[in-house]
Amino acid sequence: MKTACKANLPAMIFLFALLVLWQAGAMGLDAAYILPSPTQILAKLWELREILFTVHLPATMLVTAIGLAISLVLGLALAVVMDGSDLIRKMVYPIVVVSQTIPTTAIAPLFVLWFGYGIWSKVLVTVLITFFPITITVYDGLRSAKTEMAELLETYGASKRDIFLKIKVPCALPYFFSAVKMAVPMSIIGAAIGEWLGAKSGLGYFSRRMMTQLDGAGVFAPIVLLSAAAILAVAVVNLLERKFVRWRGES
Amino acid sequence: MAMLEFQNVSYQYPSEDFDIIDRLSFSVEPGSFHCIIGVSGCGKSTIFRMTNGLLKPKGGTILVGGEPIDGRKSYCGYMPQKDLLFPWRTVGENVALPLEIRGGRSRAERRDRAEAALADVGLAGCADKMPHELSGGMRQRAAFARTMLTGSDLLLLDEPFSALDFLTRISMQEWLLQQWQKHRKTILFITHDVEEALFLSQSVLVVERTPIHELSDVPVPAAFPRDRSCLKERSLVELKEHLIDLLRKQVAP
Repeated sequence: MKTACKANLPAMIFLFALLVLWQAGAMGLDAAYILPSPTQILAKLWELREILFTVHLPATMLVTAIGLAISLVLGLALAVVMDGSDLIRKMVYPIVVVSQTIPTTAIAPLFVLWFGYGIWSKVLVTVLITFFPITITVYDGLRSAKTEMAELLETYGASKRDIFLKIKVPCALPYFFSAVKMAVPMSIIGAAIGEWLGAKSGLGYFSRRMMTQLDGAGVFAPIVLLSAAAILAVAVVNLLERKFVRWRGES
Repeated sequence: MAMLEFQNVSYQYPSEDFDIIDRLSFSVEPGSFHCIIGVSGCGKSTIFRMTNGLLKPKGGTILVGGEPIDGRKSYCGYMPQKDLLFPWRTVGENVALPLEIRGGRSRAERRDRAEAALADVGLAGCADKMPHELSGGMRQRAAFARTMLTGSDLLLLDEPFSALDFLTRISMQEWLLQQWQKHRKTILFITHDVEEALFLSQSVLVVERTPIHELSDVPVPAAFPRDRSCLKERSLVELKEHLIDLLRKQVAP
C-alpha cells in the first residue's frame, strides 16, 4: 500500500497543481455558471448530498449494475459459443463488430421511444456499450489457450469438457478481469448517457437538469460523483483479480 | 510380446503430397530404452503423435501391449519438449492432472499420490510451489513425475531436455537412467543429439531417410549402469562419428 502511494505521488502532485490552476482560473473568470471552481463544486456536492446520495446515485448504480450483469452474461455466453463453434463465430463476430459502429448517443432517443422513461432504455444503452469489449476480450482469452496443453490432456484421455474447464477457463480468467475493468467505467458512462436523454432520476438526469438552470457547479457535482463511483468499482475488481489470478504475466 | 509394435503404418499430412511415414514396421521390447534420432522435420515426432493417438494413421496398425490402440485411453505416457506445467496450478496439482482426468480418486488421495511421485523425482516438498518458482531442470522432473502418474508402462519422451543448459542436461540424463532402472518402464526418447542418444539407449533407432520406411537399429556397446566416461571409449567414439555421418548426409549443405 505504501509503495502504491509512493508510485502515485507524481500523479497526485500534478493533479493537485492542475486543480490549483483551475481554481485560480475560475476565480479570475468569476462566472460560476460557465466555469465553477473546484471548491464551488465540492460545496455544491455537500449542499446537495441528501438528494444525490439517496435518490440519484442509487438510480444510476442500479442501471449500471443491471446493464453490466446482462452484458456479462451475454458477453460470456457469446464468447463461449464463438470459441466452441466456427460456424457461430462466422455468423456472430461480424455482427458484434458492426454493432459497435452504431452511434449509441444518436440511437438512444429511440430506446426512450420504445421503452419509455423507465429503467430499461438506460439499461439497453449500457448493454450496447459494454457487451462488445467483454465478448471480444473473453473470446481472445479462450483462444489464448495453447493447443499443446490441450493435446497433453488429450493423451491423458481428457474430454472436451475437461479441456474447457481445466485449460480454457483458467487461460481466459485474466482476460475476463481486464474486460470487467474496461466495462465498469463504460457502463457508468452508458447509464449517464441514457439518463441524459430522458429519465426521471439518476446522476445523468440531475446533471442535465442543473444545466437547464445554468448551475455550473450543479452540473459538475454529479459528474464528480460518477467518476468516484467508477474509480471505486474498478478498485474492487482489482482486489478480486488479485485474489483469483495468481499468475498473470507468467508465460 | 512387444510393448509397442508398428505394422505397416503410414501417415500423410494434409498439406503434403507424400506419405511422411511410409509402411513403417518396428517393435520395441518391454523394459527397453531406445532413442530415436533423426534430422529436424524428418517425421520422428509424427511417430510419437500417432502412438499417443493425437494423429490417426492413414493405414496400418499400432499395437501397445499386444492390443490395437484404437479407442483406448491412457495406454502411454507422453512427455513433450516443453514441460507444459500449467502456470495457474501448483506443482502438486499439475502432477496430479492425469489422475484428475481419469477420475475416481478423492482429492486427498490424488494429493498423496502426487506428493509421492514428486518425492520420487527428488522434488519432495515442492507440491505447494507454483511452477515459476522451479528451475528448468526441476520443471522437467515435475513433468516427468506427471508422466509417471499416467500409470502407463510405455513412456514417450519427445526431446524433453533440449531446452536445458548443457550441465543441467547431462545431470538430467544420468537421473533419467536411474529412474528407468528403478521403475523398469519401456522408454522411447526422441532426440537429435547423438551423444545424448548414445549415452541413454540400449540401441539407437536411426531415421536414415524421409519418408520413414524403416528405423535402423544400432546397438550401443556399453553396459548399464553407465556413467559418462563410457562415451570416451573407442567403440562409442567411432559409433558416434558413424551416426553423425549418417545424419549429415541428409542435411543439405
